[in-house]
Amino acid sequence: MIRTENLHKSFGDNHVLKGVSAEFHAGKPNLIIGSSGAGKTVLLKLLIGLFRPSEGAVFYGDTNLFSLDDKDIRSIRMKVGMLFQGNALFDSMTVGENIRFPMDMFTRLSLKDKNRRVDECLEMVNMEGINDRYPSEVSGGMQKRVGIARAMVLEPKYLFCDEPNSGLDPQTSILIDELICDLTNRNNITTVINTHDMNSVMGIGDNILLLKNGKVAWTGDKSQVLESDNKVLEDFIFASPFLRRLREDALKQRQGG
Amino acid sequence: MLIDTFLYNFGQYILLLKSAIAKPERFSMYYKETVRQMDAIGVGSVFIVLLISVFIGMVTAVQFADQLGDSFIPSYYIGYIVRDITIIEMAPTITCLVLAGKVGSNLAAEIGGMRQKEHIDAMEIMGVNTAAYLIMPKVIAAVLVIPLLVAISAFVSIIGGYLATVLPGSISHTEYVLGLRSFFVPRYVFIMFVKAGVFAFLLTSVSCYFGYYVKGGSIELGEASTSAVVVSNVLILLFDFIIALLLT
Ligand SMILES: Nc1ncnc2c1ncn2[C@@H]1O[C@H](COP(=O)(O)OP(=O)(O)OP(=O)(O)O)[C@@H](O)[C@H]1O
Ligand SMILES: [Mg+2]
Repeated sequence: MIRTENLHKSFGDNHVLKGVSAEFHAGKPNLIIGSSGAGKTVLLKLLIGLFRPSEGAVFYGDTNLFSLDDKDIRSIRMKVGMLFQGNALFDSMTVGENIRFPMDMFTRLSLKDKNRRVDECLEMVNMEGINDRYPSEVSGGMQKRVGIARAMVLEPKYLFCDEPNSGLDPQTSILIDELICDLTNRNNITTVINTHDMNSVMGIGDNILLLKNGKVAWTGDKSQVLESDNKVLEDFIFASPFLRRLREDALKQRQGG
Repeated sequence: MLIDTFLYNFGQYILLLKSAIAKPERFSMYYKETVRQMDAIGVGSVFIVLLISVFIGMVTAVQFADQLGDSFIPSYYIGYIVRDITIIEMAPTITCLVLAGKVGSNLAAEIGGMRQKEHIDAMEIMGVNTAAYLIMPKVIAAVLVIPLLVAISAFVSIIGGYLATVLPGSISHTEYVLGLRSFFVPRYVFIMFVKAGVFAFLLTSVSCYFGYYVKGGSIELGEASTSAVVVSNVLILLFDFIIALLLT
């Protein structure tokens, strides 16, 4: 479990986060939602210590991440996988080498075993056979999936995904969601996902945290989304007239029945 | 203001070096990276070093020959002077100034690009000590390879001096060689290697520093690359002076 306590973060006089306290549980996907610029990426980078908070703390279990020295932070990070919003694949390595890199760095497996694991991971994201291509030679959506494969290769205990399905077609996007969900359940991972994809929210939103103006505006799960009368949530989720109508119909039906 | 920036950068540079000195996560990965860098820095720079060295030797020889003119100094001194000046000063200093331009800007741009594209963050997340992995192999490779380049440079410069004076007939083959073999001080070769090693360390570590902390976009990347070269060059000349004071 990861817990944040009163997290503040400013860049100069831009106060991005103004006191975020939240819990992210193991074994189910935790979603951070919010409009563009709400601070989702900043929060995710704080969770893993790429930024230091101006105030507040992040706890992994009982350990405060920011009280650790570099060496202990690294030992936590070896249990972390992360998909960056811009993928961050190493562009001078092939796809296969990208996925193999964490194993090269931290395991003593033989090359054959490592390559077998690379194939396994690529298969997991439905991308088998592209080992020898460079990231610039595959599409954006494929890069995203390679990014997920690389994040999963060492079987992390914590998984952070920054918009795993932005730029993917609806079908693939659902596939990716299911994949992340499945891995999370199976390996009891603490997974934190940034998204503004409504399909994801309604599909895998077991623990949803809505950010607005640097604060937590709402928390709950997908079943509570439709019924909540939280104004911010309503504005965010039902921004499109189509969804708004869908919801009104649903509410009407419920009242009628 | 200026002093502020200097102290800030100096402190950050020292801290970066401190975290770069660490036990490798996986020795073979560091080894592979070091060999790759030795190839890039060493083999990749041989041609340019050969080229400038010939000219260094030719210029030194021709100008000293002119200064000798009709004086009473015997003309075999040309060989002697070319040998000592290239070994003690020209080969290490000019080679490293040129390498700061070639290798330094390259390293700053490479590491800076990785910073901007979040590659460094991605490695940090995996638990890699990026300061160590990205900097140590480059510094080690440079400190091993650049002294060799400098030795080659000194050798080729001496040949350059020969070409520029013996071929046109200013002095004879025998005189030049006699000069080369006169008054040899082995300590000068030692000084050459000390300079080469120190300059190699400076130019790689400083360039890596400027790349590692780059922010913003392509303009800042260009600026970092320029700063890497300018600061390396200034430091090389400063330490040239310090080493000269200490060792001669
Ligand atoms: N490295 C940084 N330096 C300065 N300001 C930053 C930095 N990173 C983010 N910000 C600021 O923090 C705010 C939140 O950015 P963030 O990237 O977290 O948004 P987001 O919720 O992830 O948006 P999106 O959905 O578009 O990815 C923005 O106002 C941005 O300008
Ligand atoms: Mg973002």
